[in-house]
Amino acid sequence: MTRRLSIIVVEKDRDRALMIVDGLREAGDHQVLVIADELGLARRISESNPDLVLIDAGNPSRDAIEELTLASAPMQRPVAMFVDESDGALTQAAIEAGVSAYVVAGLSANRIKPVIDAAIARFHLMQKMRVELAETRRALEERKVIDRAKGIVMRAKGIGEDEAYALMRKAAMDQGKKLAEVAQALVTAAELLK
Amino acid sequence: MTVALRLGFVPLVDAAPLIVAEAMGFAEEEGLALDLVAAPSWSTLRDLLAVGQVAAAQMLAPVPVALALGLGGTARFEVLSVLNLNGNAVGVSTAVAARMQGHDFMLSDARAAGLALLEAAGQGLRIGVPFAFSMHNELVRYWLEGLGHGLPKGLEIVTVPPPLMADALAAGEIDAFCVGEPRGSVAVERGAGVLLLPTSAIWAAAPEKVLAVREGWAEADPALAGRLIRAIWRAGRWLGREANLTVAAEVLATRLGVSAELVERGLTGRLLIASDGAERLVPGFLRFDDGAAGFPWRSQAAWIGARLARRHGLDATQAQTAAAAVFRSDLYRLHLGLAGADLPAASAKVEGSLVQPTPVASSRGKLILPPDQFYDAQVFDPGLAG
Repeated sequence: MTRRLSIIVVEKDRDRALMIVDGLREAGDHQVLVIADELGLARRISESNPDLVLIDAGNPSRDAIEELTLASAPMQRPVAMFVDESDGALTQAAIEAGVSAYVVAGLSANRIKPVIDAAIARFHLMQKMRVELAETRRALEERKVIDRAKGIVMRAKGIGEDEAYALMRKAAMDQGKKLAEVAQALVTAAELLK
Repeated sequence: MTVALRLGFVPLVDAAPLIVAEAMGFAEEEGLALDLVAAPSWSTLRDLLAVGQVAAAQMLAPVPVALALGLGGTARFEVLSVLNLNGNAVGVSTAVAARMQGHDFMLSDARAAGLALLEAAGQGLRIGVPFAFSMHNELVRYWLEGLGHGLPKGLEIVTVPPPLMADALAAGEIDAFCVGEPRGSVAVERGAGVLLLPTSAIWAAAPEKVLAVREGWAEADPALAGRLIRAIWRAGRWLGREANLTVAAEVLATRLGVSAELVERGLTGRLLIASDGAERLVPGFLRFDDGAAGFPWRSQAAWIGARLARRHGLDATQAQTAAAAVFRSDLYRLHLGLAGADLPAASAKVEGSLVQPTPVASSRGKLILPPDQFYDAQVFDPGLAG
Protein backbone atom coordinates (compact mmCIF):
# COMPACT_ATOMS: atom_id res chain seq x y z
CA MET A 1 0.00 0.00 0.00
CA THR A 2 1.29 3.44 -0.84
CA ARG A 3 1.82 5.82 2.01
CA ARG A 4 -0.40 8.91 2.25
CA LEU A 5 1.25 12.04 1.01
CA SER A 6 1.65 14.97 3.34
CA ILE A 7 0.93 18.16 1.46
CA ILE A 8 1.29 21.79 2.54
CA VAL A 9 -0.82 24.42 0.81
CA VAL A 10 0.39 28.00 1.21
CA GLU A 11 -2.62 30.25 0.82
CA LYS A 12 -3.70 33.34 2.73
CA ASP A 13 -7.27 33.44 1.45
CA ARG A 14 -9.40 31.03 3.47
CA ASP A 15 -11.97 30.28 0.77
CA ARG A 16 -9.34 29.61 -1.84
CA ALA A 17 -7.43 27.38 0.54
CA LEU A 18 -10.56 25.37 1.29
CA MET A 19 -11.26 24.96 -2.39
CA ILE A 20 -7.77 23.61 -3.06
CA VAL A 21 -7.98 21.29 -0.06
CA ASP A 22 -11.28 19.91 -1.39
CA GLY A 23 -9.70 19.35 -4.77
CA LEU A 24 -6.77 17.50 -3.25
CA ARG A 25 -9.10 15.30 -1.20
CA GLU A 26 -10.75 14.23 -4.42
CA ALA A 27 -7.34 13.26 -5.79
CA GLY A 28 -6.72 10.82 -2.96
CA ASP A 29 -6.58 10.30 0.76
CA HIS A 30 -3.80 12.75 1.57
CA GLN A 31 -2.89 14.69 4.64
CA VAL A 32 -3.24 18.36 3.79
CA LEU A 33 -2.06 21.28 5.93
CA VAL A 34 -2.73 24.91 5.09
CA ILE A 35 -0.27 27.67 6.03
CA ALA A 36 -1.77 31.13 5.81
CA ASP A 37 0.90 33.21 7.55
CA GLU A 38 3.85 34.14 5.38
CA LEU A 39 6.23 35.20 8.13
CA GLY A 40 8.87 32.55 8.68
CA LEU A 41 7.34 30.46 5.92
CA ALA A 42 10.43 28.50 4.92
CA ARG A 43 11.19 27.62 8.54
CA ARG A 44 7.66 26.38 9.17
CA ILE A 45 7.65 24.27 6.04
CA SER A 46 10.96 22.62 6.84
CA GLU A 47 9.71 21.85 10.35
CA SER A 48 6.66 20.04 8.97
CA ASN A 49 8.78 18.14 6.48
CA PRO A 50 6.03 17.57 3.88
CA ASP A 51 6.25 15.50 0.69
CA LEU A 52 4.85 18.29 -1.40
CA VAL A 53 4.29 22.04 -1.10
CA LEU A 54 1.76 23.85 -3.25
CA ILE A 55 1.82 27.63 -3.60
CA ASP A 56 0.26 30.16 -5.95
CA ALA A 57 2.88 31.16 -8.51
CA GLY A 58 1.70 34.74 -8.05
CA ASN A 59 2.73 34.70 -4.41
CA PRO A 60 6.01 36.61 -3.89
CA SER A 61 6.79 34.35 -0.91
CA ARG A 62 7.60 31.60 -3.36
CA ASP A 63 11.18 32.83 -3.36
CA ALA A 64 11.44 32.10 0.36
CA ILE A 65 10.55 28.45 -0.25
CA GLU A 66 13.28 28.20 -2.87
CA GLU A 67 15.70 28.34 0.04
CA LEU A 68 14.57 24.84 0.97
CA THR A 69 15.99 23.53 -2.26
CA LEU A 70 19.36 24.30 -0.71
CA ALA A 71 18.53 23.23 2.82
CA SER A 72 20.87 20.26 3.03
CA ALA A 73 23.63 19.02 0.77
CA PRO A 74 22.89 20.84 -2.49
CA MET A 75 23.59 17.96 -4.80
CA GLN A 76 20.98 15.79 -3.06
CA ARG A 77 18.36 18.52 -3.20
CA PRO A 78 15.74 17.16 -0.83
CA VAL A 79 13.24 19.56 -2.32
CA ALA A 80 12.99 19.95 -6.05
CA MET A 81 11.37 22.67 -8.02
CA PHE A 82 8.41 21.73 -10.07
CA VAL A 83 10.19 22.95 -13.14
CA ASP A 84 12.60 20.05 -12.66
CA GLU A 85 9.90 17.48 -13.32
CA SER A 86 10.52 15.59 -16.51
CA ASP A 87 6.92 15.95 -17.69
CA GLY A 88 7.19 19.18 -19.65
CA ALA A 89 3.49 19.41 -20.48
CA LEU A 90 2.51 19.08 -16.83
CA THR A 91 5.01 21.77 -15.88
CA GLN A 92 3.69 24.10 -18.56
CA ALA A 93 0.08 23.48 -17.48
CA ALA A 94 0.95 24.12 -13.85
CA ILE A 95 2.73 27.37 -14.61
CA GLU A 96 -0.12 28.56 -16.81
CA ALA A 97 -2.60 27.73 -14.07
CA GLY A 98 -0.47 29.52 -11.50
CA VAL A 99 0.53 26.50 -9.42
CA SER A 100 4.02 26.08 -8.10
CA ALA A 101 4.82 22.73 -6.58
CA TYR A 102 7.80 21.78 -4.51
CA VAL A 103 8.31 18.07 -4.60
CA VAL A 104 10.42 16.28 -2.07
CA ALA A 105 12.89 13.94 -3.68
CA GLY A 106 12.14 10.25 -3.56
CA LEU A 107 8.54 10.56 -4.68
CA SER A 108 7.78 8.95 -8.00
CA ALA A 109 6.18 11.18 -10.62
CA ASN A 110 3.09 8.98 -10.99
CA ARG A 111 2.20 9.53 -7.33
CA ILE A 112 2.49 13.29 -7.63
CA LYS A 113 0.68 13.68 -10.93
CA PRO A 114 -2.92 13.19 -9.71
CA VAL A 115 -2.34 15.70 -6.93
CA ILE A 116 -0.88 18.26 -9.27
CA ASP A 117 -3.66 17.66 -11.78
CA ALA A 118 -6.26 18.29 -9.08
CA ALA A 119 -4.46 21.44 -7.99
CA ILE A 120 -4.23 22.71 -11.56
CA ALA A 121 -7.95 22.14 -12.08
CA ARG A 122 -8.74 24.04 -8.87
CA PHE A 123 -6.44 26.91 -9.76
CA HIS A 124 -8.13 27.23 -13.15
CA LEU A 125 -11.50 27.28 -11.44
CA MET A 126 -10.27 29.94 -9.02
CA GLN A 127 -8.97 32.08 -11.84
CA LYS A 128 -12.28 31.84 -13.64
CA MET A 129 -14.13 32.89 -10.50
CA ARG A 130 -11.69 35.74 -9.93
CA VAL A 131 -12.24 37.02 -13.47
CA GLU A 132 -16.01 36.74 -13.11
CA LEU A 133 -15.95 38.54 -9.79
CA ALA A 134 -13.81 41.33 -11.24
CA GLU A 135 -16.20 41.69 -14.17
CA THR A 136 -19.24 41.84 -11.92
CA ARG A 137 -17.56 44.51 -9.81
CA ARG A 138 -16.64 46.50 -12.87
CA ALA A 139 -20.18 46.32 -14.24
CA LEU A 140 -21.53 47.51 -10.90
CA GLU A 141 -19.03 50.37 -10.81
CA GLU A 142 -19.96 51.40 -14.36
CA ARG A 143 -23.63 51.34 -13.52
CA LYS A 144 -23.04 53.73 -10.60
CA VAL A 145 -21.04 56.16 -12.76
CA ILE A 146 -23.66 56.10 -15.52
CA ASP A 147 -26.40 56.86 -12.99
CA ARG A 148 -24.44 59.80 -11.59
CA ALA A 149 -23.72 61.14 -15.07
CA LYS A 150 -27.36 60.78 -15.99
CA GLY A 151 -28.31 62.87 -12.95
CA ILE A 152 -25.83 65.56 -13.97
CA VAL A 153 -27.26 65.75 -17.51
CA MET A 154 -30.83 65.81 -16.21
CA ARG A 155 -30.12 68.72 -13.87
CA ALA A 156 -28.01 70.65 -16.37
CA LYS A 157 -30.49 70.40 -19.22
CA GLY A 158 -33.72 70.07 -17.29
CA ILE A 159 -34.70 66.90 -19.11
CA GLY A 160 -36.04 63.53 -18.06
CA GLU A 161 -34.13 60.36 -17.27
CA ASP A 162 -34.77 58.57 -20.54
CA GLU A 163 -33.85 61.60 -22.57
CA ALA A 164 -30.61 62.09 -20.62
CA TYR A 165 -29.69 58.46 -21.14
CA ALA A 166 -30.43 58.67 -24.87
CA LEU A 167 -28.28 61.81 -25.14
CA MET A 168 -25.34 60.11 -23.46
CA ARG A 169 -25.68 57.00 -25.57
CA LYS A 170 -25.74 59.09 -28.73
CA ALA A 171 -22.62 60.99 -27.61
CA ALA A 172 -20.87 57.70 -26.97
CA MET A 173 -21.80 56.32 -30.38
CA ASP A 174 -20.78 59.53 -32.17
CA GLN A 175 -17.38 59.49 -30.49
CA GLY A 176 -16.87 55.75 -30.82
CA LYS A 177 -16.57 55.42 -27.04
CA LYS A 178 -18.18 53.26 -24.43
CA LEU A 179 -21.12 54.70 -22.55
CA ALA A 180 -19.22 54.21 -19.30
CA GLU A 181 -16.31 56.28 -20.65
CA VAL A 182 -18.56 59.17 -21.60
CA ALA A 183 -20.24 58.96 -18.19
CA GLN A 184 -16.89 58.99 -16.42
CA ALA A 185 -15.79 62.04 -18.41
CA LEU A 186 -19.01 63.83 -17.44
CA VAL A 187 -18.59 63.04 -13.76
CA THR A 188 -14.94 64.13 -13.79
CA ALA A 189 -15.79 67.37 -15.59
CA ALA A 190 -18.68 68.09 -13.22
CA GLU A 191 -16.39 67.64 -10.22
CA LEU A 192 -13.89 70.08 -11.72
CA LEU A 193 -16.60 72.69 -12.27
CA LYS A 194 -18.04 72.44 -8.77
CA MET B 1 8.20 43.72 -40.16
CA THR B 2 7.55 44.11 -36.47
CA VAL B 3 8.08 41.05 -34.32
CA ALA B 4 6.30 40.64 -30.98
CA LEU B 5 8.53 39.54 -28.11
CA ARG B 6 7.51 38.81 -24.53
CA LEU B 7 10.03 39.84 -21.89
CA GLY B 8 9.79 39.10 -18.19
CA PHE B 9 10.88 41.43 -15.42
CA VAL B 10 10.54 42.00 -11.70
CA PRO B 11 9.25 45.49 -10.87
CA LEU B 12 12.45 47.12 -9.65
CA VAL B 13 14.32 50.27 -10.69
CA ASP B 14 16.96 48.22 -12.48
CA ALA B 15 14.37 46.76 -14.84
CA ALA B 16 14.80 50.19 -16.45
CA PRO B 17 16.58 49.04 -19.64
CA LEU B 18 13.66 46.76 -20.54
CA ILE B 19 10.99 49.30 -19.63
CA VAL B 20 12.80 52.15 -21.38
CA ALA B 21 13.44 50.04 -24.49
CA GLU B 22 9.70 49.58 -24.78
CA ALA B 23 8.51 53.03 -23.66
CA MET B 24 11.07 55.24 -25.41
CA GLY B 25 10.94 53.53 -28.79
CA PHE B 26 14.31 51.73 -28.82
CA ALA B 27 12.58 48.39 -29.37
CA GLU B 28 10.40 49.85 -32.10
CA GLU B 29 13.52 51.15 -33.90
CA GLU B 30 14.65 47.53 -34.10
CA GLY B 31 11.23 46.36 -35.26
CA LEU B 32 10.32 44.79 -31.94
CA ALA B 33 6.99 45.08 -30.16
CA LEU B 34 7.87 44.26 -26.56
CA ASP B 35 5.25 42.79 -24.29
CA LEU B 36 6.57 43.23 -20.75
CA VAL B 37 5.37 40.69 -18.22
CA ALA B 38 5.83 41.58 -14.54
CA ALA B 39 6.72 38.53 -12.42
CA PRO B 40 5.88 38.34 -8.72
CA SER B 41 9.07 36.49 -7.77
CA TRP B 42 12.43 35.42 -9.17
CA SER B 43 11.52 31.74 -9.07
CA THR B 44 8.41 32.42 -11.12
CA LEU B 45 10.36 34.52 -13.62
CA ARG B 46 12.94 31.74 -13.93
CA ASP B 47 10.16 29.23 -14.62
CA LEU B 48 8.42 31.51 -17.13
CA LEU B 49 11.70 31.73 -19.05
CA ALA B 50 12.46 28.02 -18.66
CA VAL B 51 9.15 26.92 -20.19
CA GLY B 52 9.19 29.59 -22.89
CA GLN B 53 6.35 31.80 -21.64
CA VAL B 54 8.76 34.69 -22.11
CA ALA B 55 11.53 34.84 -24.71
CA ALA B 56 13.98 36.72 -22.53
CA ALA B 57 14.05 38.04 -19.00
CA GLN B 58 15.73 40.35 -16.58
CA MET B 59 17.54 37.98 -14.23
CA LEU B 60 19.71 38.11 -11.13
CA ALA B 61 23.26 37.64 -12.42
CA PRO B 62 23.94 34.55 -10.24
CA VAL B 63 20.86 32.62 -11.44
CA PRO B 64 22.20 31.58 -14.89
CA VAL B 65 25.56 30.79 -13.28
CA ALA B 66 23.98 28.67 -10.53
CA LEU B 67 21.93 26.75 -13.10
CA ALA B 68 25.08 26.04 -15.10
CA LEU B 69 26.55 24.52 -11.93
CA GLY B 70 23.46 22.36 -11.38
CA LEU B 71 22.16 24.53 -8.55
CA GLY B 72 18.57 25.70 -8.24
CA GLY B 73 16.96 23.89 -11.16
CA THR B 74 17.51 22.04 -14.38
CA ALA B 75 16.94 24.91 -16.83
CA ARG B 76 19.92 26.30 -18.74
CA PHE B 77 20.19 30.02 -19.43
CA GLU B 78 22.65 32.25 -21.24
CA VAL B 79 23.48 35.87 -20.55
CA LEU B 80 23.35 38.21 -23.55
CA SER B 81 24.26 41.37 -21.68
CA VAL B 82 24.58 42.90 -18.25
CA LEU B 83 21.64 45.22 -17.60
CA ASN B 84 23.25 47.14 -14.76
CA LEU B 85 26.06 47.27 -12.24
CA ASN B 86 25.07 47.54 -8.57
CA GLY B 87 21.98 49.47 -7.45
CA ASN B 88 21.32 47.65 -4.17
CA ALA B 89 21.55 48.97 -0.66
CA VAL B 90 21.98 47.45 2.77
CA GLY B 91 19.59 48.89 5.34
CA VAL B 92 19.10 48.24 9.03
CA SER B 93 16.05 48.39 11.26
CA THR B 94 15.53 51.57 13.25
CA ALA B 95 16.26 49.55 16.40
CA VAL B 96 19.67 48.47 15.10
CA ALA B 97 20.36 51.98 13.76
CA ALA B 98 19.67 53.40 17.23
CA ARG B 99 22.48 51.22 18.58
CA MET B 100 24.89 52.54 15.92
CA GLN B 101 25.18 56.08 17.31
CA GLY B 102 28.92 56.24 16.72
CA HIS B 103 28.58 55.50 12.99
CA ASP B 104 28.40 58.33 10.46
CA PHE B 105 26.09 56.65 7.89
CA MET B 106 28.07 58.25 5.07
CA LEU B 107 27.37 55.20 2.86
CA SER B 108 30.96 55.06 1.69
CA ASP B 109 33.11 52.98 4.05
CA ALA B 110 32.12 49.31 3.93
CA ARG B 111 34.54 48.28 6.65
CA ALA B 112 33.41 50.92 9.14
CA ALA B 113 29.75 50.24 8.36
CA GLY B 114 30.23 46.48 8.72
CA LEU B 115 32.07 46.69 12.03
CA ALA B 116 29.47 49.09 13.41
CA LEU B 117 26.70 46.74 12.31
CA LEU B 118 28.30 43.68 13.91
CA GLU B 119 28.80 45.56 17.16
CA ALA B 120 25.22 46.80 17.21
CA ALA B 121 23.76 43.42 16.28
CA GLY B 122 25.44 41.55 19.13
CA GLN B 123 24.92 37.79 19.10
CA GLY B 124 22.42 37.25 16.33
CA LEU B 125 22.14 39.04 13.01
CA ARG B 126 19.40 38.19 10.54
CA ILE B 127 19.74 39.71 7.10
CA GLY B 128 17.04 39.50 4.44
CA VAL B 129 18.00 39.10 0.78
CA PRO B 130 15.61 38.68 -2.17
CA PHE B 131 16.80 35.31 -3.41
CA ALA B 132 19.26 32.56 -2.57
CA PHE B 133 21.09 33.09 -5.87
CA SER B 134 21.58 36.83 -5.90
CA MET B 135 24.40 39.35 -5.77
CA HIS B 136 22.72 40.60 -2.60
CA ASN B 137 23.48 37.27 -0.95
CA GLU B 138 27.00 37.04 -2.42
CA LEU B 139 28.02 40.61 -1.60
CA VAL B 140 26.63 40.55 1.96
CA ARG B 141 28.62 37.38 2.64
CA TYR B 142 31.75 38.75 0.97
CA TRP B 143 31.45 41.96 2.98
CA LEU B 144 30.88 40.41 6.40
CA GLU B 145 33.44 37.62 6.10
CA GLY B 146 36.09 40.10 5.01
CA LEU B 147 35.77 42.07 8.27
CA GLY B 148 37.32 39.43 10.48
CA HIS B 149 37.78 35.73 10.29
CA GLY B 150 34.99 34.19 8.26
CA LEU B 151 31.29 34.83 8.63
CA PRO B 152 30.21 36.13 12.04
CA LYS B 153 28.65 33.58 14.40
CA GLY B 154 24.90 33.82 14.67
CA LEU B 155 24.54 35.29 11.19
CA GLU B 156 21.41 34.17 9.36
CA ILE B 157 20.80 35.15 5.77
CA VAL B 158 17.17 34.55 4.88
CA THR B 159 15.14 35.04 1.72
CA VAL B 160 12.51 37.76 2.01
CA PRO B 161 10.53 38.82 -1.08
CA PRO B 162 11.37 42.50 -1.79
CA PRO B 163 7.75 43.71 -1.48
CA LEU B 164 7.70 42.26 2.06
CA MET B 165 11.15 43.57 3.06
CA ALA B 166 9.90 46.70 4.86
CA ASP B 167 7.23 44.63 6.67
CA ALA B 168 9.75 42.01 7.77
CA LEU B 169 12.06 44.73 9.08
CA ALA B 170 9.21 46.49 10.92
CA ALA B 171 8.00 43.18 12.39
CA GLY B 172 11.48 42.34 13.68
CA GLU B 173 11.71 39.22 11.50
CA ILE B 174 15.03 40.55 10.20
CA ASP B 175 17.55 43.08 11.57
CA ALA B 176 18.85 44.22 8.20
CA PHE B 177 18.37 43.72 4.50
CA CYS B 178 20.13 44.02 1.21
CA VAL B 179 17.67 44.90 -1.53
CA GLY B 180 17.35 46.67 -4.88
CA GLU B 181 15.70 50.05 -5.29
CA PRO B 182 13.01 51.19 -4.81
CA ARG B 183 12.54 48.70 -1.98
CA GLY B 184 15.26 50.18 0.24
CA SER B 185 13.81 53.67 -0.16
CA VAL B 186 10.31 52.31 0.46
CA ALA B 187 11.51 50.92 3.81
CA VAL B 188 13.06 54.32 4.58
CA GLU B 189 9.89 56.13 3.58
CA ARG B 190 7.80 53.94 5.86
CA GLY B 191 10.11 54.65 8.76
CA ALA B 192 11.03 50.96 9.05
CA GLY B 193 14.67 51.18 8.02
CA VAL B 194 17.80 53.27 7.73
CA LEU B 195 20.19 52.87 4.79
CA LEU B 196 23.68 51.80 5.79
CA LEU B 197 25.66 50.87 2.70
CA PRO B 198 25.25 50.68 -1.08
CA THR B 199 26.61 47.46 -2.56
CA SER B 200 28.80 49.61 -4.82
CA ALA B 201 30.87 50.28 -1.67
CA ILE B 202 31.50 46.51 -1.37
CA TRP B 203 32.41 45.91 -5.02
CA ALA B 204 32.48 49.01 -7.21
CA ALA B 205 31.66 47.11 -10.42
CA ALA B 206 29.45 44.23 -9.32
CA PRO B 207 27.22 42.89 -12.11
CA GLU B 208 23.64 42.96 -10.83
CA LYS B 209 20.90 42.06 -13.33
CA VAL B 210 21.46 40.45 -16.70
CA LEU B 211 19.48 39.87 -19.87
CA ALA B 212 18.94 36.10 -19.90
CA VAL B 213 17.57 33.73 -22.52
CA ARG B 214 17.25 29.95 -22.75
CA GLU B 215 20.39 28.18 -23.87
CA GLY B 216 20.48 28.11 -27.65
CA TRP B 217 17.73 30.72 -28.14
CA ALA B 218 20.06 33.48 -29.35
CA GLU B 219 21.82 31.24 -31.86
CA ALA B 220 18.59 29.73 -33.17
CA ASP B 221 17.51 33.15 -34.43
CA PRO B 222 20.58 35.40 -34.51
CA ALA B 223 18.77 38.26 -36.25
CA LEU B 224 16.12 38.44 -33.53
CA ALA B 225 18.69 38.15 -30.76
CA GLY B 226 20.65 40.98 -32.34
CA ARG B 227 17.61 43.24 -32.42
CA LEU B 228 16.90 42.54 -28.76
CA ILE B 229 20.49 43.10 -27.62
CA ARG B 230 20.73 46.38 -29.55
CA ALA B 231 17.39 47.70 -28.29
CA ILE B 232 18.34 47.00 -24.69
CA TRP B 233 21.83 48.42 -25.19
CA ARG B 234 20.44 51.68 -26.63
CA ALA B 235 18.03 51.92 -23.70
CA GLY B 236 20.98 51.50 -21.33
CA ARG B 237 22.93 54.18 -23.16
CA TRP B 238 19.95 56.54 -22.86
CA LEU B 239 19.74 55.78 -19.13
CA GLY B 240 23.43 56.57 -18.82
CA ARG B 241 22.78 60.25 -19.53
CA GLU B 242 21.89 62.10 -16.38
CA ALA B 243 19.64 64.53 -18.26
CA ASN B 244 17.27 61.67 -19.07
CA LEU B 245 16.78 60.42 -15.54
CA THR B 246 13.82 62.64 -14.64
CA VAL B 247 11.89 61.31 -17.63
CA ALA B 248 13.09 57.79 -16.84
CA ALA B 249 11.76 58.10 -13.29
CA GLU B 250 8.33 59.09 -14.62
CA VAL B 251 8.30 56.19 -17.09
CA LEU B 252 9.35 53.69 -14.42
CA ALA B 253 7.04 54.97 -11.69
CA THR B 254 3.89 53.74 -13.40
CA ARG B 255 5.37 50.28 -14.03
CA LEU B 256 6.72 49.94 -10.51
CA GLY B 257 3.72 51.36 -8.69
CA VAL B 258 5.70 53.85 -6.62
CA SER B 259 6.20 57.61 -6.94
CA ALA B 260 8.65 59.06 -9.46
CA GLU B 261 10.42 60.83 -6.61
CA LEU B 262 11.20 57.49 -4.96
CA VAL B 263 12.38 55.97 -8.25
CA GLU B 264 14.63 58.95 -8.88
CA ARG B 265 16.60 58.32 -5.68
CA GLY B 266 17.85 54.99 -6.98
CA LEU B 267 18.41 56.25 -10.52
CA THR B 268 20.49 59.24 -9.44
CA GLY B 269 22.14 57.74 -6.37
CA ARG B 270 20.78 60.56 -4.23
CA LEU B 271 19.57 58.43 -1.35
CA LEU B 272 17.69 59.58 1.69
CA ILE B 273 19.18 57.45 4.48
CA ALA B 274 16.24 57.80 6.90
CA SER B 275 12.74 59.25 6.75
CA ASP B 276 13.92 62.23 8.79
CA GLY B 277 17.54 61.91 7.76
CA ALA B 278 20.06 63.42 5.44
CA GLU B 279 20.53 62.83 1.73
CA ARG B 280 23.72 61.15 0.54
CA LEU B 281 25.02 61.26 -3.01
CA VAL B 282 26.48 57.89 -3.97
CA PRO B 283 28.40 58.19 -7.27
CA GLY B 284 28.11 54.97 -9.28
CA PHE B 285 25.27 53.65 -7.09
CA LEU B 286 23.53 52.20 -10.15
CA ARG B 287 25.21 52.10 -13.56
CA PHE B 288 23.65 51.20 -16.89
CA ASP B 289 26.13 52.37 -19.46
CA ASP B 290 29.46 54.05 -18.76
CA GLY B 291 32.66 52.04 -19.01
CA ALA B 292 31.13 49.13 -20.97
CA ALA B 293 28.70 48.43 -18.10
CA GLY B 294 26.62 46.22 -20.40
CA PHE B 295 29.51 43.99 -21.44
CA PRO B 296 29.10 40.47 -20.02
CA TRP B 297 32.65 39.88 -18.79
CA ARG B 298 33.54 36.22 -18.49
CA SER B 299 35.45 37.13 -15.33
CA GLN B 300 32.29 38.47 -13.65
CA ALA B 301 30.61 35.10 -14.20
CA ALA B 302 33.75 33.30 -13.00
CA TRP B 303 33.71 35.33 -9.76
CA ILE B 304 30.11 34.32 -9.11
CA GLY B 305 30.93 30.70 -10.04
CA ALA B 306 33.90 30.65 -7.66
CA ARG B 307 31.79 31.99 -4.80
CA LEU B 308 28.99 29.48 -5.39
CA ALA B 309 31.47 26.61 -5.76
CA ARG B 310 33.07 27.44 -2.44
CA ARG B 311 29.78 27.57 -0.56
CA HIS B 312 28.33 24.46 -2.17
CA GLY B 313 31.43 22.33 -2.12
CA LEU B 314 32.00 22.14 -5.88
CA ASP B 315 35.27 22.01 -7.77
CA ALA B 316 36.43 25.62 -8.13
CA THR B 317 38.16 25.37 -11.50
CA GLN B 318 35.34 23.49 -13.16
CA ALA B 319 32.77 25.86 -11.68
CA GLN B 320 34.62 28.94 -12.96
CA THR B 321 34.92 27.49 -16.45
CA ALA B 322 31.25 26.48 -16.57
CA ALA B 323 30.23 29.88 -15.21
CA ALA B 324 32.34 31.87 -17.67
CA ALA B 325 30.76 30.05 -20.61
CA VAL B 326 27.30 31.33 -19.64
CA PHE B 327 28.19 35.02 -20.08
CA ARG B 328 28.12 35.22 -23.87
CA SER B 329 30.55 38.05 -24.52
CA ASP B 330 31.02 36.54 -28.00
CA LEU B 331 27.36 37.15 -28.89
CA TYR B 332 27.52 40.64 -27.41
CA ARG B 333 30.46 41.42 -29.70
CA LEU B 334 28.75 39.87 -32.70
CA HIS B 335 25.58 41.92 -32.32
CA LEU B 336 26.96 45.23 -31.07
CA GLY B 337 30.17 45.50 -33.06
CA LEU B 338 28.48 47.23 -35.99
CA ALA B 339 26.01 49.16 -33.83
CA GLY B 340 28.68 51.51 -32.55
CA ALA B 341 29.47 50.06 -29.15
CA ASP B 342 33.05 50.54 -27.97
CA LEU B 343 33.94 46.94 -27.20
CA PRO B 344 36.85 45.98 -24.95
CA ALA B 345 39.61 43.95 -26.62
CA ALA B 346 39.55 41.37 -23.83
CA SER B 347 36.56 39.36 -22.60
CA ALA B 348 37.89 38.80 -19.11
CA LYS B 349 39.72 41.03 -16.67
CA VAL B 350 41.31 40.81 -13.27
CA GLU B 351 38.32 41.91 -11.20
CA GLY B 352 39.11 44.48 -8.54
CA SER B 353 42.37 45.70 -10.04
CA LEU B 354 41.29 49.18 -11.16
CA VAL B 355 41.53 51.83 -8.48
CA GLN B 356 41.02 54.72 -10.89
CA PRO B 357 39.44 55.23 -14.34
CA THR B 358 41.71 53.36 -16.74
CA PRO B 359 41.84 53.47 -20.56
CA VAL B 360 41.91 49.98 -22.06
CA ALA B 361 42.28 48.58 -25.56
CA SER B 362 38.92 48.68 -27.35
CA SER B 363 37.34 48.55 -30.80
CA ARG B 364 36.94 52.33 -31.05
CA GLY B 365 39.87 53.16 -28.84
CA LYS B 366 37.97 55.33 -26.41
CA LEU B 367 36.97 52.93 -23.67
CA ILE B 368 37.75 53.95 -20.13
CA LEU B 369 36.91 51.43 -17.44
CA PRO B 370 35.79 52.93 -14.13
CA PRO B 371 37.25 51.71 -10.83
CA ASP B 372 36.16 48.16 -10.00
CA GLN B 373 37.81 47.56 -6.64
CA PHE B 374 36.53 45.45 -3.77
CA TYR B 375 36.33 47.21 -0.40
CA ASP B 376 39.05 44.96 1.03
CA ALA B 377 41.40 45.56 -1.94
CA GLN B 378 41.36 41.87 -2.96
CA VAL B 379 41.67 41.02 -6.63
CA PHE B 380 40.10 38.12 -8.46
CA ASP B 381 42.09 36.66 -11.32
CA PRO B 382 39.95 34.08 -13.13
CA GLY B 383 42.94 32.92 -15.16
CA LEU B 384 40.89 33.10 -18.35
CA ALA B 385 42.99 33.92 -21.37
CA GLY B 386 41.65 36.88 -23.35
